[in-house]
Amino acid sequence: MHLPAILPWGAAEGFSKQMLLVLLSVVFIAVFFVLAARKQQLVPGKLQFAGEAAYGFVRNGIAKDIIGGKDFIKYVPLLFSLFFFILVNNIYGAIPFFQLPTFSHVGGAYVLAGIVYFTWIAIGVKKNGLRYFKLATVPSGVPWYILPIVIPIEIISNFLVRPVTHSLRLFATMLAGHLIVMIAGYGIEFLVMQENILLKGSSLLVLAGAIAMYMLEALIMVLQAYVFTLLTAIYIEGALHADSH
Amino acid sequence: MNQLIISAATEGEVNPLVPNVWEMGVVLVGFAILMFIVVKFVVPMFEKTFAERAEAIEGGIAKAEKAQAEASAALEEYKQQLTDARTEANRIREEARAEGAQILADLKEKAAAESARITAQAHAQIESERQAAVVSLRSEVGTLATTLAGRIVGESLNDDERAARVVDRFLADLETQNAGAAK
Repeated sequence: MHLPAILPWGAAEGFSKQMLLVLLSVVFIAVFFVLAARKQQLVPGKLQFAGEAAYGFVRNGIAKDIIGGKDFIKYVPLLFSLFFFILVNNIYGAIPFFQLPTFSHVGGAYVLAGIVYFTWIAIGVKKNGLRYFKLATVPSGVPWYILPIVIPIEIISNFLVRPVTHSLRLFATMLAGHLIVMIAGYGIEFLVMQENILLKGSSLLVLAGAIAMYMLEALIMVLQAYVFTLLTAIYIEGALHADSH
Repeated sequence: MNQLIISAATEGEVNPLVPNVWEMGVVLVGFAILMFIVVKFVVPMFEKTFAERAEAIEGGIAKAEKAQAEASAALEEYKQQLTDARTEANRIREEARAEGAQILADLKEKAAAESARITAQAHAQIESERQAAVVSLRSEVGTLATTLAGRIVGESLNDDERAARVVDRFLADLETQNAGAAK
């Protein structure tokens, strides 16, 4: 069930199911949105309407609301790609045949969080120059004698901890949810194998619990994609308007 | 169950926080491809539609407002024209009436003048004819008187009766002449 390498078959290293799913997700998203956006009409059809609703959710619900201003549109592609890339890769975990949220492998989460990390630092430096690092670490309106404590805290929280939490939040929720559903599955299998009829029957309870956990996990999959994208937007907004924070 | 133990055994030594470099590479490449497609195609196409739609709606509203304004302007103009036309018609009617009255008065005046002129002319003619008659009568009376006197003298004066008759006739003539003159 977990991570059989596809090429070479059964090897620990190689082209794994996780990698295939990642590439498939790119195909799914690209095909869906290019099809939805291809024949653009003022009065949309069903597919176009779905595409526009999804695009509008990220564009207006995240980028416009959080970043705002006139140039939020510059960051829509990144936020849009992040949201749907993470969403599809998470949802894999809830689809029977795929059954693997790809971000339960920490590498992908590191990559995305890293991209976001360097993006918002670059935006901050481009917007404010090197003064940005002062703006981001020295809060205004704080008495000078507290600064020696506050500045290290700001440096640690903004530049060291932020990318770690950003990536691990996604990875940990996906891994935990995946493990819970998997353990429930094995638990049901184990209980069904038992000779004792009561133990056998108790597998039904586990099944009910597993279904509940499965629903919760599906919710968290969507939620984490949203949270990751929302945090990205907040980081970018913070970098853009560092002087007013 | 065996499967779980096996997978736990094989993965047990793997720290879940240590990433697989190949997986990172695949995610990086996959995400880069997705970003490229999104930047190149998806966002421009959706933004284009959004902009077009916004423009269509705003343009439609603006167009409707413009048409509304034009319609009310035209209505206003027609009303104005109607009022103007009514005023104009009234004015023309008044003018015609005044003109008619003027023409009538003129004609009356002209007729009166003409009749006065004709009357005056008739009077003058009558006067001149009378004058001519008086003149010619005078001369004629003179001649008559002379002739009569000649005759009277030329004829035998012994016939008293005849002389008396001549004198009577003369007097009668004179009377008639006086009566004509007195007229």
